[in-house]
Amino acid sequence: MKFLKYLIIGTIFGITLAKAEIISWFRIYEMFRFQSFHMYGVIGSAIILGVLFIQVIKRTNMKSIDGEPIVINPKQMSISRYLYGGIIFGLGWALTGACPGPMFILLGNGVGVVIVVILSALLGTYVYGLLRNKLPH
Amino acid sequence: MQNIIEFIKQPWPWYVAGPIISLIMFSLLLMGNSFGISANLRTMCSIIGAGKNCEFFDFNWRSQMWNLVFAGGLVIGGVIAHLYLSPGAEVALSEETIKELQAYGIEKPGASLVPTELFSWESLFTLKGFVILVLGGFLIGFGTRYAGGCTSGHAISGLSDLQLPSLIAVIGFFIGGLFVTYLVLPYLLTL
Repeated sequence: MKFLKYLIIGTIFGITLAKAEIISWFRIYEMFRFQSFHMYGVIGSAIILGVLFIQVIKRTNMKSIDGEPIVINPKQMSISRYLYGGIIFGLGWALTGACPGPMFILLGNGVGVVIVVILSALLGTYVYGLLRNKLPH
Repeated sequence: MQNIIEFIKQPWPWYVAGPIISLIMFSLLLMGNSFGISANLRTMCSIIGAGKNCEFFDFNWRSQMWNLVFAGGLVIGGVIAHLYLSPGAEVALSEETIKELQAYGIEKPGASLVPTELFSWESLFTLKGFVILVLGGFLIGFGTRYAGGCTSGHAISGLSDLQLPSLIAVIGFFIGGLFVTYLVLPYLLTL
């Protein structure tokens, strides 16, 4: 039962990304061609409100529902890791028109072949795991 | 009630979707977790047994169970949107986008969520379908783990926390995305 809330939140997230067409390959193409404000509006408004939420959490030392302090771990500083990793993900994002969330939502939308994208992403993750020690981080 | 459902069935504008996304991030933080979807790919590798020959996947994946359930919710959300909330699957693209994609041989840009020319089992056995679905998926998996996050973990969670590493990652997302969109897709789509 303790997982039910995550299922509900995930479902709301899935409906939102589907209804706002964020899972559409076309919308991602349009975004990278700067031909519509839609995606920038979605991501931009999410970040602006997100900054506000996190400031409130930090300034009020807000506790989680379990009564634990909410800790947001700072990511370890590096340039190569985020830049190279980011570029590689960006290539895949523009090709498939999907980031990891939309892959799962598209599957629910009945785009069956997206399972191939998911399996390939699992393989990509696995190969990263194998090569991790040889890559600049 | 009927009116509300009719309203929900319309495509949602950005100023509805964006705030809901930050509320989702906020509720996951309140539950003592964090918002990031690509981590599930690592967890799934671990469940399949990748931890046996690679220490990166040798961790207690049960601690990530909540996130897998969240990803399960994504699939359910997709099903609900598809079956009950989408009278039509058209995407209201800009005129420019439609014309451009037609020139690249996409017959009806925006008539469905994804171009049927690319997202079909038949397409998988063509060069462009293979590059888009298989290579594209591979790069998503490799890149998100290398960068330590995707759009949710870096662009939304990281930037909301004003973290420089996330800004670098998002700049990377755009370098990669712009490269493919401007220099690869025009050739790939007309293959």
